[in-house]
Amino acid sequence: MTGLESYQLPLRLAALGFLTVVIQIAAVSQVTVFGVSVDLTPLVVASAGLLAGSLPGAVFGFCVGLFADVALVQTLGVTSLLYIAIGYCAGRLRELRDPAHGLVPLAVGAAATAFATVGFSLMQFMLGVRAPVSWLLLRQLVVTILVGALLALPIYALVRRVVQGSLPDDPRRRRRRAYTTGGLSPLQRPSAGR
Amino acid sequence: MYDKQVRRRRAVLALLVVVSLILLTAYFGESAGSPLHSVQRGVVAVLSPVQEGASRALKPVRDLFGWFGDTARAKKERDQLRKQRDSLLQQVVGYKVALQDNAELRRDLALDQNSLQGYDTRTVRVIGRPANNLLLDRLQVDAGSGAGVRMGDPVVADGGLVGHISFVAPDSSFVTLITDPSSSVSVKVLNTAGDTGLLKPSVGDPLDLLVQLLPRRAAVSVDDIVVTAGFRTSRLESLYPPNVPVGRVTKADPEELASDQQVHVAPIADLRHLDFVQILVGASGASGARAQVGP
Repeated sequence: MTGLESYQLPLRLAALGFLTVVIQIAAVSQVTVFGVSVDLTPLVVASAGLLAGSLPGAVFGFCVGLFADVALVQTLGVTSLLYIAIGYCAGRLRELRDPAHGLVPLAVGAAATAFATVGFSLMQFMLGVRAPVSWLLLRQLVVTILVGALLALPIYALVRRVVQGSLPDDPRRRRRRAYTTGGLSPLQRPSAGR
Repeated sequence: MYDKQVRRRRAVLALLVVVSLILLTAYFGESAGSPLHSVQRGVVAVLSPVQEGASRALKPVRDLFGWFGDTARAKKERDQLRKQRDSLLQQVVGYKVALQDNAELRRDLALDQNSLQGYDTRTVRVIGRPANNLLLDRLQVDAGSGAGVRMGDPVVADGGLVGHISFVAPDSSFVTLITDPSSSVSVKVLNTAGDTGLLKPSVGDPLDLLVQLLPRRAAVSVDDIVVTAGFRTSRLESLYPPNVPVGRVTKADPEELASDQQVHVAPIADLRHLDFVQILVGASGASGARAQVGP
């Protein structure tokens, strides 16, 4: 991997994180679906972890969470702490199980949304927001998780498109590297000339 | 080699968690003028133009998604408003007579006729909103201390109360809505007795507000209007001026009133679809202590 290529993934993830938070705050949060606001950030963090691994996932989660906390004037560290766990766990799932089923991002997205929503609520309670837990609150949590699960697949596809080509073990990269480091391209093979 | 990777991964993870916890602890214990808050204020000031641009650019997308819900809601509202119009027409005649009497009496007592006298209004654009509105319900607007906005300034829209300013940066500020769990507004129900209470959001359903601490035998009925009480004592003054419309009573169950001393209210301002709001700046009594301090 050349020097420039090694920076591709961090640069792409940085741009993705910045745009995600800005679009989330400026547009997505102001649209309600079934009475709740959609939160794309845990979905993007989980997708990044699932594609890039546990370490990039955790670092990406920390950065996105911190940026969201700063931009929304929230208590610093709350969202980043939650998103570290989301990015890391999604990455570990990929590293340990390497799930290939097409619906894995949906399950991971639902779990990420659930963890982010419940975790954020618990953290706020612990930080002194005085609000009794009610069935209405639980209903909203369930609806938020369902909406997050619905959006998980398109968000995963989008994130994959953004980081594709810069992942360390990306098949396209392996193929390309093979041609440029001594391997024969299909055009140079004897069979290709026939 | 594998052990080295595992150790490195665990070390980075531990480092990130520790940094988050340090930030959380430091920020939570700090006052509003401390270094972390100042950094946050600086970042918000830098980001405001970007967010404003993104908010304007993405407005058509928001409108497109909002159109479906708006259409269904508009039809429901139309039917409700027709019913209200019919009943209000009957009340208008009686109110006109009462208004004349009221004007004469006010003139005699030399009272302010307009509760918003002494306020200037700044019409500002909504440029941001957090995703999680279950426990933190705020808006970011494109005017800050440079436009004369100060902590605690009341915010209105659509003829109803929206909330108050809780964070001010040079070019933007945050509005804590009346649906935020931290919000409490002293209000008055416009019934025959003019009962007063405390307006708080219902947890889990932010658009369902509760007027609490009402008298157990209060004669409150559905469609009664709720306005700000706007109290003022020698030491404290309400954030909100008196008689700003807040909401309309949607449910007044006598049993709930007797047991919990509360009724349900729907806000007048459409708090989920705000593009512009008005900040009331330059309150005449603003030099006194405010009854409520934003987070």
